[in-house]
Amino acid sequence: MPNSQTSSASLTGSLIRERRLALGLRQGDVAQAAGISASYLNLIEHNRRRVGTEVLARLAGVLGTDSAILAEGAGGVLIDDLRAAAATTPGVQPELDRIEDFAGRFPGWAAVLAAQHHRAAQLERAVGALNDRLTHDPHLSASLHEVLSALASVRSTAAILADTDDIDPEWRARFHRNLHQDSERLATGAEALVAYLDGPETAVDAGLAAPQEEVESWLSARGWQLSELARQEGMDLLMAEVGGLASAAARSLGASFLRQAEADFRLLPDAALRHALEAGEDDPCLLAQRHGLPVLAVMRRLALLPGSQAGLVICDASGTLLFRKPVDGFALPRFGAACPLWPLFAALTRPMLPVLALVEPAGRSLRKFRTLSICEARLPQGFAGPVLREAAMLILPEEVYRAADPGHGAVLAIGSSCRICPRARCPARREPSVMAEAAV
Amino acid sequence: MTARVLLIEDEPNITEAIRFILSRDGCDVTALADGAGAVAAVRAEMPDLVILDLMLPGVSGLEILAQLRADPVTQGLPVMMLTAKGQGRDREAAERAGANHFMTKPFSNDEMRAAVRALTGG
Repeated sequence: MPNSQTSSASLTGSLIRERRLALGLRQGDVAQAAGISASYLNLIEHNRRRVGTEVLARLAGVLGTDSAILAEGAGGVLIDDLRAAAATTPGVQPELDRIEDFAGRFPGWAAVLAAQHHRAAQLERAVGALNDRLTHDPHLSASLHEVLSALASVRSTAAILADTDDIDPEWRARFHRNLHQDSERLATGAEALVAYLDGPETAVDAGLAAPQEEVESWLSARGWQLSELARQEGMDLLMAEVGGLASAAARSLGASFLRQAEADFRLLPDAALRHALEAGEDDPCLLAQRHGLPVLAVMRRLALLPGSQAGLVICDASGTLLFRKPVDGFALPRFGAACPLWPLFAALTRPMLPVLALVEPAGRSLRKFRTLSICEARLPQGFAGPVLREAAMLILPEEVYRAADPGHGAVLAIGSSCRICPRARCPARREPSVMAEAAV
Repeated sequence: MTARVLLIEDEPNITEAIRFILSRDGCDVTALADGAGAVAAVRAEMPDLVILDLMLPGVSGLEILAQLRADPVTQGLPVMMLTAKGQGRDREAAERAGANHFMTKPFSNDEMRAAVRALTGG
């Protein structure tokens, strides 16, 4: 467990120094005002000593800022991105123990590195999508087959005409006719293929993020709220926005998402939900019972209520994350599988049994979150069809949701995904972390 | 001995070219343009070699191959599959289904002749 009495971020020292210099204050004066020696402050500022929460609070007071800002600094997202960049660069061993120092001293270069990492990941996805398209796209497959068939005929026929001296005139005429037909067919097929590959659908599909990311990016840009649903023409407006998403797959996903969001909204409008929350009714299970709704629908409503601080992740029975609304201090993996210790996955194994947990994600924020997880099963094809499970985990900052704690205060240490998680002794680790050498 | 070849290919111009070059090489070539009825035709003809296009209307070449391999009468017949370049997965599937040889389009006439000779013992 991280020591909650100290800031674990070596970056904190750099931020203190940066803040002091920006204010034009002398080290000795700040140290005196904070009740510590100048030499101790010097060590702190050069990230050679961890700073306790009390001293940090005093320094923050002297420097006219919030201790959380000094403690969290550049933010976990940038650090996580740098870790991810390190994880995906084989053969290079960056100084992971100095990652925060790097981000603090060179925030611009760190941002460039993180952006390059994102771009590389985006391009890898584009290559994967194109490869997938070549393999599975029926239109492209048929077009290529058409061109290759015409080409096969041209090649074979031309070789016959070139290599056969004693060819019968009737056969010669037939092969000439075939060549003409196939060359026409080849030209038409090639033009169609070029037009298809050069079309807007391909361009956007190839270069942009995965469809789920596109939809989530759109939701993030609107602050994760869909208040238009309260208006008569709201659904049309939102559908028009979704219609502007780059890829066809994202538009389809977005439209499905909106239809579900609208159905949820009709069953539990913003006003009714706010009224319930103001009355202290914030338990999704109780809200679901009262309004006759599935619990997952209530969770979606709680996460998408304008101004909501709740994060939400939803997964299917394979554990694949279908929806990710992030919350500060609780990193959600962009790629790959999530931490297997998430209560979400415990819920997945026991449908309709709620899992309430207090969790502490790995990282620098040291924040705790209350997670409410539950799995619901659907039978879209009745008894004869497959059982489809979907689990959701509502993520609430501890200070927002202080429900009765059946875990007796036990805190579950979790991460984002193994590759960038620094918890070296985690029993659920499935692959080494790039943070293995860095202490939590 | 004249090798009897049953060519199952829906592209008429490719059929004509293959028929021409194999006939000049001493083969007796019968052609079918559709997958439907192909298995029955193979059983009736019992050719020395079946040249089977992968993408056929009606029944796919892969399905025809599977049926031929499942039938004790035809399971030992040499089968050459015609595939287009880039159809790697189809080729793997055909390999698993028991194809003896693959010819990717566009092929050269010399390649075709050599493969047919090898498969028919010519």
